[in-house]
Amino acid sequence: MKRVVSIVAFALGLAFTSCGSPTASSDSTKAAPARQILINGAGATFPYPMYSKWFDEYHRKFPNIQINYQSIGSGGGIRQILEGTVDFGASDGPMTDEQLKQAKTKILHFPTVLGADVAAYNIPGITEELNFTSDALAAIFLGKIKKWNDPELKKANPSVSLPDKDIVVVHRSDGSGTTYVWVDYLSKISPEWKSKVGMSTSVNWPVGLGGKGNEGVAGLIKQTPDSIGYVELIYAIQNKMSYGKVRNSAGKFVKADLMSVTAAAAGASKQMPEDFRVSITDSTGPDAYPISSFTWLLIPSKIEDPMKKKALTDFLEWMLTDGQSMVEALSYAKLPAEVVVMEQKAIAQVQ
Amino acid sequence: MISRRTRRKITNFVMFAMTGLCAAVAVSVLFFILGYLLWQGGRTLNWQFFTQLPAPVGETGGGFANAIIGSAKLLLLASLIGVPIGFLGGVYLAEFGGTTWAFIVRYTTDLLNGVPSIVMGIFAYALIVLPMKHFSTFAGGVALGVMMIPIAVRSTEEFLRAVPNSLREGALALGATKWRAIATVVIPAAMRGIITGIMLDVARVAGETAPLLFTAFNNRFSSPGWNQPTSSLPVMIFTYAIAPYEDWHRQAWAAGLVLLSLVLVTNIAARFILRRQSLVLRG
Amino acid sequence: MTTASPTIDRPVSPQHKFVQRLLRGDQIAHLITLIFASAIILVTALLFFELFRSSALTRQKFGFSFLMTTTWDPVALEFGALPFIYGTLVTSALALIIGVPLGLGAAVFLAELAPPRVSDGLAFLIELLAAVPSVIYGLLAIFTLIPLLRDYIAPVLRSTLGFLPFFQGPSYGVGLLAAGTVLAIMILPFIISISREVLLAVPREQREASLALGATRWETASHVVVPYAKAGIIGSIFLALARALGETMAVTMVIGNDPKINASLFAPGYSIAAVIANEFSEATSDIYISALIELGLVLFCITIAVNAIARLLILATTRKSTAHS
Repeated sequence: MKRVVSIVAFALGLAFTSCGSPTASSDSTKAAPARQILINGAGATFPYPMYSKWFDEYHRKFPNIQINYQSIGSGGGIRQILEGTVDFGASDGPMTDEQLKQAKTKILHFPTVLGADVAAYNIPGITEELNFTSDALAAIFLGKIKKWNDPELKKANPSVSLPDKDIVVVHRSDGSGTTYVWVDYLSKISPEWKSKVGMSTSVNWPVGLGGKGNEGVAGLIKQTPDSIGYVELIYAIQNKMSYGKVRNSAGKFVKADLMSVTAAAAGASKQMPEDFRVSITDSTGPDAYPISSFTWLLIPSKIEDPMKKKALTDFLEWMLTDGQSMVEALSYAKLPAEVVVMEQKAIAQVQ
Repeated sequence: MISRRTRRKITNFVMFAMTGLCAAVAVSVLFFILGYLLWQGGRTLNWQFFTQLPAPVGETGGGFANAIIGSAKLLLLASLIGVPIGFLGGVYLAEFGGTTWAFIVRYTTDLLNGVPSIVMGIFAYALIVLPMKHFSTFAGGVALGVMMIPIAVRSTEEFLRAVPNSLREGALALGATKWRAIATVVIPAAMRGIITGIMLDVARVAGETAPLLFTAFNNRFSSPGWNQPTSSLPVMIFTYAIAPYEDWHRQAWAAGLVLLSLVLVTNIAARFILRRQSLVLRG
Repeated sequence: MTTASPTIDRPVSPQHKFVQRLLRGDQIAHLITLIFASAIILVTALLFFELFRSSALTRQKFGFSFLMTTTWDPVALEFGALPFIYGTLVTSALALIIGVPLGLGAAVFLAELAPPRVSDGLAFLIELLAAVPSVIYGLLAIFTLIPLLRDYIAPVLRSTLGFLPFFQGPSYGVGLLAAGTVLAIMILPFIISISREVLLAVPREQREASLALGATRWETASHVVVPYAKAGIIGSIFLALARALGETMAVTMVIGNDPKINASLFAPGYSIAAVIANEFSEATSDIYISALIELGLVLFCITIAVNAIARLLILATTRKSTAHS
């Protein structure tokens, strides 16, 4: 018995001495002379595929810097940066004034990419792209339109034979910037939504199932027939889900893609406020996709550890230059040039 | 007209069959779980999983080496907290018990046992994560360690009590002081049982997810030390299972197979050790 | 070998006596084990204190109405626990309804009707079920149980029992029924193993007397043994209930995450443990976190009560059987 115990203890001890970092997918065995810096961030699932790629690429470039990002939802990102339990947060719903007041150090918003919320659906037998009017979307999520073959949906999609099935609504169960963007849009185009439900990262949904993260919502939609939900564009694409066109303020049914999302930001970027908090849903412009949004990194204006601060500010620089060249491959839109210039100046605010 | 006697015999047989069916259902669930995991997880499992870190979102490949290492670290820390308190607490109750204080301790242990695992997570978050200002392996280890305590106490106490009094009295008769008797005679006699109890305890917390969600949090990398968040097998399975990516589902199955195998192997080993133990005591 | 204590004939000071006793090691051993045992009390007290303190905001704002309100609105900061209490209770009740007959039947089979070798073997396998982690049950449930429920079981239930309000409305697969079923499977091993122990503890004389009077084995089991062990069996049910109430991961993965109260079992719901798991790290205001922690406190109190009842009942049976044997 004693021998078994000592063997086990020895094996465990071995495991621990060798528990540095195991090889990443790309092997970099050259010993990094610089100190290992680990930066923790958490927040939005909306840009998670992009951030995940960025941090991976950045780690390959600088193997001694590990940026650990956990997608727990924008609500989580805001909360944890306020508590100070992470080094940076991320959110697609900008922090409100009250939330900013709660912060012990001032929190700065840095836009990273442009993305879009799409209405993804899973209707067995329907492969065509559906058109959604803004009123229809509000009514579906309010629970007023209950079936797929409702006259209002049929009016917008005359050539599609919609089934006589109940609509299963899927929304987020966690605090989410993707939700914020969605309900921000719904509040703008539907007074009933605004008064009944309102907008925030977490709302009191009238109907529907809750999924955790963009990932959870996409998963639920994929597995539940006759369902509809809102996810960020890349999730719909990566998971080969159908998503519909939405009618914008100019009356045109627009599909979310790089062009329409960039068009949505065009107006706002000329009047970008100093702190970069702006909403671009339901923007004007004939080709704009109405449910687009910036997404932000939430960086404290004062970082104690000088090495962490340098790593973060260097990353921000990289993100605004090299990083932007990777975004379109993942169907996010690049930041407008004016915004990039403003941000590069703003990096100096991080002390 | 069936005679009463035959009817009773038929009822006997039918109920035998039906209750046997119930038992069969229960057992078949176990085989279903094992079989399904072996099927789904076995297909994907390869050496890569144990040595590589996860790939970026949406890309295939990568592994969960960080989750395995993270779980090992968490369990080590949990044992460092749970085992001493549990073991010595059990010794106290078994050997120095009988007082009111012992009664309070026992009652409190039962209370602690009933704490839902998610509440334990809240506790560790408030106690450690907030003051330290970050998620850490340490916080996760503490949450798991506190969960280990009640079972360790109870199993230690039971196995100590199971040692026949004749051994204690014999040692005392030979002139040993009480503590010597306990340390050199009683505890070794119960050692097998105590160790299996602890093994089962560790296996149980190895599978706990809820307390880790906001203590150890999660980590794409494997960071050295105890101060940083860490991935762990159960959290990784949870995150991957609810995601839409097919590749993640495959990896969740593989990780589930690994976790379940470890837990089941520990359980089976514990029971075998115990069987020999009971033979020893009887003889 | 002797541990000779220093034999001193001349009178000694009390301090010297204390040191003597100390040196003998007994006091030290007692002290050390006492300290570690007391650590348990300290930790539990700290837990309570922390829960109580951090839920102060909502306790002050809502008082007892927190337990009765159905709104869960993080925007308007209106919080009520009722949907979660409902979800927790309904899924646990469902787990018992499905699990108890199955578990008791299996326990009776293992204790009374099966040959001892078979009984031991099967009991061993069933106890292994108890070791399967919750997240793995959840993982399996998502990919096997949910499609099964949605595509096969729900339509059957709706067509046969659809007149009951429990089985009306659309079925998504996820929902209260799914959560209840998973919980039933998870508590099965507890009910079986504890009931089996309790049944085996019934004195042989009772069985022998019944058989001597000409009863069949089933009649002995159902009319003599089970009633005798009734208290213990109910105790095992309560223990299983306590376990079901606190179950987090498997429930989170299949319950649908919707804080509403619905009569239909097909509808999505939410349990206390599930909402804490989902929303805790993101609760953006202090009162939101306070509401979640108060929920945790409520759950803790419920499980304490249920556990206490369970222990009393199990104690009562073991007392009874030892008294009579």
